[in-house]
Amino acid sequence: MLKNILIPIDEACKRVIFSLGQATLLAMKGLGGIFIPPFHVKLTLREIDNFGSGSLFLVDLIALFTGMVMALQTIYGLSYYGAEMYVGSVVSLSLVRELGPVLTSIMVGARVGSGIAAEIGSMQVTEQIDAMRALGASPIKKLVTPKILAGMITLPLLTVTADIVGIFGGMIISLFELEIHRTFYINSVLSTVQMTDFVSGIGKTVFFGFLIAVIGCYFGLKTTGGTTGVGRSTTITVVTTSILILISDFFLTKLFLVVF
Amino acid sequence: MRGYETFCMSRIIIEFKDVHKSFNGVVVHNGINLSVREGEIISLLGGSGSGKSVLIKELIGLIQPDKGEIVVLDHAITGMNENALIKLRGHVGMLFQGAALFDSLTVFENIAYPFREHLKLTEKEIRKRVAEKLKLVGLSGIEAKMPAELSGGMKKRVGLARAIATEPEIILYDEPTTGLDPINAQRINELIVELRRKLGITTIVVTHDLHCVKTVSDRIAMLYEGKIVAVGTWQELTKSNIPAVKDFLSGNICV
Ligand SMILES: Nc1ncnc2c1ncn2[C@@H]1O[C@H](COP(=O)(O)OP(=O)(O)O)[C@@H](O)[C@H]1O
Ligand SMILES: [Mg+2]
Repeated sequence: MLKNILIPIDEACKRVIFSLGQATLLAMKGLGGIFIPPFHVKLTLREIDNFGSGSLFLVDLIALFTGMVMALQTIYGLSYYGAEMYVGSVVSLSLVRELGPVLTSIMVGARVGSGIAAEIGSMQVTEQIDAMRALGASPIKKLVTPKILAGMITLPLLTVTADIVGIFGGMIISLFELEIHRTFYINSVLSTVQMTDFVSGIGKTVFFGFLIAVIGCYFGLKTTGGTTGVGRSTTITVVTTSILILISDFFLTKLFLVVF
Repeated sequence: MRGYETFCMSRIIIEFKDVHKSFNGVVVHNGINLSVREGEIISLLGGSGSGKSVLIKELIGLIQPDKGEIVVLDHAITGMNENALIKLRGHVGMLFQGAALFDSLTVFENIAYPFREHLKLTEKEIRKRVAEKLKLVGLSGIEAKMPAELSGGMKKRVGLARAIATEPEIILYDEPTTGLDPINAQRINELIVELRRKLGITTIVVTHDLHCVKTVSDRIAMLYEGKIVAVGTWQELTKSNIPAVKDFLSGNICV
């Protein structure tokens, strides 16, 4: 009886650990490619464009509305203590430390991560990855490294814009709901948000960018079974990326709180 | 067509010694033994899923066997590191089953790819060589096209131009005529023979096309249940009394 339950669990665990090992190996090779020539600058720039310009509008739109709704909720909450005036402090702190980085990463993870998995997955099932290797190129250096580098560069930049737009969204609501003057709002933001808050928020996104690229590449390269396989890979990429961003966010936050 | 005797004299440049391979517990190769001599065209027959593609991928180290040894151009490629393999792959061309053209690149960039990876050539020199290869496969002037704009037969020929770009000593064809109309198939068969005549290139052709087998190959190898069950000329194989070979050659096997 117990055997019937334990054996499948045992096998699932083994599979997960094996995949983790493979993905880690891929991540290490991909990272190594950043330091070992030849460097594919052009490919990296193209990936940065893919990560960045397509996501910018999406990320900032989400940030704007998140900032606005945060302000609404915060004003409501703070009104119990008659502290509505400090809405700027609360909104900016949560955006810069947490919401900006995580929402941006999840959005980019869904948009770009699935794209990476689909691109590499279809290359895998049509033997283009094999062809690349047969023609003397390394798929790691040509595909994985540029994407990892692009993720690590682009996500922090996107997050900075999201933070700013989100805080701006909060300002609009404060103005309309409470008629808080923008100078007061900006001052309360600037006096609250410290360099460490900013660094801990942005620092996390470097890791999330790395994570998005690695997971997309990993499931892309693992794709088997034709076009349906590509579909499966994109789905599992989005799910895994979102989960791992939220889980690693907890641990990174804890780490930053201990260090700073 | 040269007689098989010609090749008995030349040296062995590809050798599989007791190669085993399984995927997730499913045995694909169960002790493959096969030698290929310099300059010969050998056809590899076998049913779908019998591991023909895996066999030629093992040959250039795209897949590592579990056990056994593979010697290519005097190099034992089993256990070779990726950098050494990349060098060796410059001497072996491969035409993939679906041509495997990079669909984000133009025809020109596809054929220029191995030049950029293996050789330090000027842009002008690359242009010249790409045009030369396209001419060889009868597709001059389509440099600017994207792979999506090409027909199946044209894709295969561009894939062929790419495979021979670095003038390899060995070329591997994975089902070069499958899915093509008879005219295109015939053209590919002619190209295979012509390339060997012009360049003396050693050739392995994976195919189901018995006409191609008969007209193109010097020898035929039959892969069945993870082993090479028969090797020989067409005449020898037609006289074989191994049931799998008989069924296959008379078309009684579902491929
Ligand atoms: N990379 C791989 N991972 C898992 N199984 C594979 C892989 N490549 C091939 N196989 C399996 O090996 C068997 C032989 O495949 P293949 O060599 O492509 O057959 P064919 O003779 O039709 O070319 C098939 O059952 C296939 O599913
Ligand atoms: Mg095949």
